[in-house]
Amino acid sequence: MTVTAPAPSATRVPATDVLLDFANVELTFPDGTIALQGVDLVVKRGEFVTVVGPSGCGKSTLLRIASGLESASQGTAELGTDRIGYVFQDATLLPWRTVAANVELLAELHGESKKARAAKAKEAIDLVGLTGFEKHLPKALSGGMKMRASLARSLTLDPELFLFDEPFGALDEITRERLNDELIRLFTAKNFAGLFITHSVSEAVYMSTKVVVMSGRPGRIVETFDVPFAQPRDPDIRFTPEYAALVGEVSHALRKGHGHS
Amino acid sequence: MTTISNETIVTDGVDNVEAHPTPELPATLSTARPKAKKRGFGRWLPPLLVFLAIVGVWYLISLFVLDPHLRFLLPLPQDILIKGFLAPLAFNALMVALYQTVIVSMLGLAIAIVIGVAWAVAMSQAKWIERSLFPYAVILQCIPILALVPLIGFWFGYEFQSRVLVCVMIALFPMVNNTLFGLQSVDKGHKELFTLQGASRSTTLVKLSFPQALPAIFAGMRISAGLAVVGAIVGDQFFRRGTPGLGILISNYSSRLQGEELFATIITAAVFGVVVFWLFGLLGRRVVGKWYDFT
Repeated sequence: MTVTAPAPSATRVPATDVLLDFANVELTFPDGTIALQGVDLVVKRGEFVTVVGPSGCGKSTLLRIASGLESASQGTAELGTDRIGYVFQDATLLPWRTVAANVELLAELHGESKKARAAKAKEAIDLVGLTGFEKHLPKALSGGMKMRASLARSLTLDPELFLFDEPFGALDEITRERLNDELIRLFTAKNFAGLFITHSVSEAVYMSTKVVVMSGRPGRIVETFDVPFAQPRDPDIRFTPEYAALVGEVSHALRKGHGHS
Repeated sequence: MTTISNETIVTDGVDNVEAHPTPELPATLSTARPKAKKRGFGRWLPPLLVFLAIVGVWYLISLFVLDPHLRFLLPLPQDILIKGFLAPLAFNALMVALYQTVIVSMLGLAIAIVIGVAWAVAMSQAKWIERSLFPYAVILQCIPILALVPLIGFWFGYEFQSRVLVCVMIALFPMVNNTLFGLQSVDKGHKELFTLQGASRSTTLVKLSFPQALPAIFAGMRISAGLAVVGAIVGDQFFRRGTPGLGILISNYSSRLQGEELFATIITAAVFGVVVFWLFGLLGRRVVGKWYDFT
C-alpha cells in the first residue's frame, strides 16, 4: 500500500491563500505628509488581522489602499480576490431606505434581480440578528443595530476579504463586546479573512489571530504578534494571565511606537 | 448557514431601547397627552388674538377715523365680504382672474422646477460646468426682473407667455441653488460606498445624490412657489392683454377706487400665496417626511 495522497485537503482552499499582500507600501499626500511608510502586510485566508495604532497613524489609509479608494505612492498592494467587504466607521446607511432596502443596496448596484437580492438580504439580516426590523428606517435603530445592518449589507457580497474600519468605535462597551463576539462567530462560520482597524488593544487581542502594531506619523509597522487562542473565542479568556500578558506586550509595543514619532 | 443564538435576541432587546422607548414609560406618556393638547390650543390662541385685535383696529379706523367718502381706503370688513366677494359680478371676475393667475404661476413654477433641477444636476456633474454656469444663476437672481419686463414684452408680446416667463425668471434661482446644495450635501462615506461597488455616475445620481437632495429640492419648491405667485401678479400689471389675472384686476379696481373689490382681490391673492406655500410644505413632508425632519 502506498502513501495516500492528501487529496481531500485540495477541495478546501489551502489556508495559505494570500488575499492581501502589501509590499513596501508608502503613501504621501499632496501636501507632503507621509501617511504610510514601508508597510509590509500579508493577510491570508483564515486570518483575522487587527491593526492597532494611535489616531492619525494611517490605519484607515491602509484599508483605503486595500479597497482601491486610494492608491499607494510607492510599493505594491495586491489583492487575491475581488469579493471585498468594507465596513466603515459610520454605518453609512441611506436614511430613506428601510433596513432591508439598505442591505439589498450592493446587490442592487451589481444589477442582481429583485428576487436574488431579497434572498441575500434576508439571509444576511438573519445572520446579524436583525430579523423583524426589515421595515424599519435607520433613524429608528440604535447605534449597535445600525452597525449590524451595515455589516449585513457587506455580508451580501459574500466577501472573501473583509475590511473593518473601527466599526464599533462609537458604540458603548457592552454593545461593542457583543458585536465583537458576533463578528468572531461570523468569521469562523463564513471563513472570510479579516483586516480590522481599531485603537483598542483589548479588542485587537480578543478578536484576532494576528495583531499588527503601528507607530504614529509616518505610519509604520512596529511589531506583529500572533494570537494563539482558539477561535471562536471564549469570552472568559479575557481573564486569563496569558491574555493579560499579550495585551501588556501589545500595549508596550504601542507605547514604544508612539514614542518614536 | 449559521444562525446566531438566543443571545442575539437578548442583544436586540438591549440595543432596541432607543428605538421603542414608549412601552417603558407609561407614566410619562399619560401625563404627556393632555399637555400636548394644551400645547396645540396654546399654539392657535396667540395668533387668533392678534387677528381679532387687527380686525378691531380696522373697524375703529373705518368707522371713526376715515370720512365716509374716503372709506374706500379701508372699507368695512363686511362690505368687503358682501361687495367684494359675494356680489355675482365681482365674484365672477375674481374667479376668472384667480384661475388665470393659478395657471400662469403654476405653469411658470413647473418650468422653473424642471429647468432649475436640470441646471443644478448639470452643475453637480463637474466642477468646470459649475464654474461656467453658476455665475449666471447668481446674475439672474441679481437682475431686477422688473428691469427686464419691458424687453420681455418686446420679444414675447404682452400676453400669457410673457407672464409665464416672468414667473419662471423669478422662481428659478431658489430651485437651482437649493437643488445644487442638496446634490452636494451627499455624505462622503455614502459616496465611497457607491464608488467601491463601481457604481456609474448616473446610478449614483439616481440612487444616492438625487434622493439625498430631495429635502432641499422641496424646500426650494416652496420658496419658488411663493415667488411664482408674485411673478404672476407682477407680470399681469405689465402684460395686460388677454384674460386678466389677479394683478390686472387689482390695478383696474385701484384705478376705479373700488375699495371693497380691491381688498377682496388682494386677500384672494394673499390666500393663494399661503395655500401654495402650505401645499408644497405638505408635499415635501409627504415625500421625505418619513426620514427627514421637513419643517
